[in-house]
Amino acid sequence: MHWGRPLKKGTIGPTFRLTVQQEAFTVETLDKIKQQIAENPILIYMKGSPKLPSCGFSAQASQALMACGEQFAYVDILQNPDIRATLPGFANWPTFPQLWVEGELVGGCDIVLEMFQQGELQPLIKEAAARAKAAKGEASE
Amino acid sequence: MNIQSTIEKKLLEHFQPAYLEVVNESGQHNVPMGAETHFKVVLVSPSFKGERLINRHRAVNAILRDELANHIHALALHTYTDSEWEGLYGCSPNSPACLGGMKRQAS
Repeated sequence: MHWGRPLKKGTIGPTFRLTVQQEAFTVETLDKIKQQIAENPILIYMKGSPKLPSCGFSAQASQALMACGEQFAYVDILQNPDIRATLPGFANWPTFPQLWVEGELVGGCDIVLEMFQQGELQPLIKEAAARAKAAKGEASE
Repeated sequence: MNIQSTIEKKLLEHFQPAYLEVVNESGQHNVPMGAETHFKVVLVSPSFKGERLINRHRAVNAILRDELANHIHALALHTYTDSEWEGLYGCSPNSPACLGGMKRQAS
């Protein structure tokens, strides 16, 4: 089992009030999101963490992702209200969770589960992980 | 008009569905009685033929843009073509149980 690792960079603590959400759309947040998506080939934005999800939809999606057996990154959007406010507009996707693979939005919970059940998710994740490993190997040589 | 009826009306008008089911699942969540926050939609439409799931969902999200922005907290979406739906024998997936996300965000 491979638990996701949280993205620490730029994390806003839980004391950050949710009321800031409305004004939280900033260029900085958008850049942060773009960087996260660019740097993490398998990335899920969710409520809570894969170990302790705070929403049934996030729980199901992260479970399916874990079952694929590859490492992935996650961002807890309840801890990052700026990302929560900004990502839906950028992604053209209104809800969470959101699974991003190699810079592209795969979908939300229903799509992730349906792909998993159809046997389409695992090869997508495996291939992305393999390409990331190969690229890393080349870079370190 | 309540949210559920609005969702039904908009989807009926736009997708000419062979089958449409809009279920208010808010009662399974940490919201007041009679709330209209959590919905499940099963939508079978010929317009989904040849479209990837993400495009089907985006098409529905676009039609329900106002409701998603102002009223709906969660929308479980199951979109099929006629032949995909026949293969399921009328069984759509169940939505997951509530894990208290709304309570956490309110505190």
